[in-house]
Amino acid sequence: MRTISYAKAGMEALAEEMRRDPTTFHLSTEAPPSILEEFGPSRVRATPIAEGALTGMAVGAAGSGFRPIVNWSMVTFSFVAMDQIVNQAAKIHYMFGGQVRFPITFRTSVGGGTRRAAQHSQSPYSMFMNLAGLKMILPSTPYDMKGLLKTCIRDDNPVISFEADRLMDLEGEVPEEEYTIPLGVADIKREGNDVTVVALAWQVHEALAAAETLEREGVSVEVVDPRTLVPMDAETIRASVRKTGRLVIADEAGPTCGAAAEIAALATEDAAAFAALKAPVKRVCALQVPIPYSPALEDYVFPDREKIAAGIRAVMEAG
Amino acid sequence: MQPSPEKQREMLRLMQTIRRFEERASDDFHAGDIYGVVHCYIGQEAVAVGVCAAINRDDQIISTHRGHGHCIAKGADLNRMMAELYGRETGYCKGKGGSMHIADFGIGMLGANGIVAGGIPIVTGAGLAAQLEGKGRVAVSFFGDGASNAGPFHESINIAAAWKLPMLYVCENNLWAVNTPARDSVSVPDVAQRAAGYGIPGVVVDGNDVLAVYQAALEAVERARAGDGPTLIECKTYRWRRHTERANQRDIRPADEIAAWCDENRDPIARLVKQLKDQQGQFSDEEWQAMDREVVKAIDDSVAFAKASPFPPLEAALVDVFAEERAHA
Repeated sequence: MRTISYAKAGMEALAEEMRRDPTTFHLSTEAPPSILEEFGPSRVRATPIAEGALTGMAVGAAGSGFRPIVNWSMVTFSFVAMDQIVNQAAKIHYMFGGQVRFPITFRTSVGGGTRRAAQHSQSPYSMFMNLAGLKMILPSTPYDMKGLLKTCIRDDNPVISFEADRLMDLEGEVPEEEYTIPLGVADIKREGNDVTVVALAWQVHEALAAAETLEREGVSVEVVDPRTLVPMDAETIRASVRKTGRLVIADEAGPTCGAAAEIAALATEDAAAFAALKAPVKRVCALQVPIPYSPALEDYVFPDREKIAAGIRAVMEAG
Repeated sequence: MQPSPEKQREMLRLMQTIRRFEERASDDFHAGDIYGVVHCYIGQEAVAVGVCAAINRDDQIISTHRGHGHCIAKGADLNRMMAELYGRETGYCKGKGGSMHIADFGIGMLGANGIVAGGIPIVTGAGLAAQLEGKGRVAVSFFGDGASNAGPFHESINIAAAWKLPMLYVCENNLWAVNTPARDSVSVPDVAQRAAGYGIPGVVVDGNDVLAVYQAALEAVERARAGDGPTLIECKTYRWRRHTERANQRDIRPADEIAAWCDENRDPIARLVKQLKDQQGQFSDEEWQAMDREVVKAIDDSVAFAKASPFPPLEAALVDVFAEERAHA
């Protein structure tokens, strides 16, 4: 099978869906050249740097029968649009009694490792998970990116596609043929019996590397990738924990009120999963600090394969 | 172009409907039958009615926290409006929105909105949709003097001007943003002057003269439909009541200012009644009284409809978080 990058997989999804549905159009502060060339400047608009207006305009256009796709670029810039995201996009379908649908895809990059310091290295998806009314994905591979993003664009609700900055150049197998991946279905990236590692985005790859190391130490690691943050596939996570009896959660975001905390709660609220636990649940997350610039400090604050491996060893020793 | 006598009477009927609706909504709010908050539109009726008379049913508008007037002017159903205020299942939002969130997408009313300036980008997106569609529809943003000081106003009007979106930006300058006076907070004497910064026409109009508002809106609509882009219309008007009906809502506006505006000579409804009587000589006191009786009956009927309607079933709380799905309890 051919391989393409994570970034290219996203662009392919966009182009295919824009070809498929003439009500789609694209707003971003820079028009992506490939789709601009194919669909022209009416449907692929380069906008002023005014994320609040863009986001609100997507809401209005969606309520008027269109299917807008907005790229905020870095998630940092989404904060400029918070009123439109929190007060408008997330609530408008419910608040108006479901009169019309608001199919909107927001794309945005998250994470660190790019040496761009605190404002441009953030993983705040849990802030959005806390709102009712938004769906969101966090793909870890080119295959998942393409299949999930296509589903987002077809979804009749506002969906945020959080895309990992560190993975943009990652190559992976993506079939030429049409496919989609449903929202809310986790993917077991590696099967194992001794410990479950639920990992998000870049951390999936770090967890797989840690699993190789631990295999040599005689520990069988299962790596679960939720892929979708809302709705979260709690059942796949719980089933894995019921099997292994140990849970480590790896996330590039900080731990406080994070996706990792939510995953821990979802897993342990299940009586059978709780009863199966042989050790306390372990979170392997970034330190709870703004991300520093200096490479020495930035690498120190993020979780990686060594920290995940240490976390796995800790739960193995605990019981 | 002067609207026909029939059209003028229809404008009068709509203005009086707004006024009677607001009187009843505030009464029923104070009686405890309507909850949370009610923002009355009394005094500003000519703006919503004058503008909506200049557009079509499939043109779109967006409102503010003070939204009842725009709903009625765009043709919303009084029963479903009142039922929404009463929190009933038969309301426009099935009881989930209340006074500040009434919408009727079927008639192009994209909703009242609880955030000052929050609706301006949304309706600008409706303007973009109209442009993409290419069928000559227009979109209208209603907002206040307070919103004209906020970022979303400037971001949206800039994009609309740059892209020549078929938009009307209608500022209802009622001189006060809650209790902040426009004279101390708006950097220019007329909000309409701000249009110059975006290279679009800015028009000041007597917002209590429904025919003047209508005329200004007609010209802006024509320009928008022709593909020449947006117009900023500033309607000078005044709200007769406090910002909201809530008991703890202060009103620091000077008594003499209130008295000067809440006067028969400035009342948009009394002015149109007088014009109809003077100019056509065919509109009698009896006809005006009969029109008012019909309006009051329609409001009474809407209250009866609301009271006869059930509250939403509890399981409805989980419905419509997402389209065609239920949230998990």
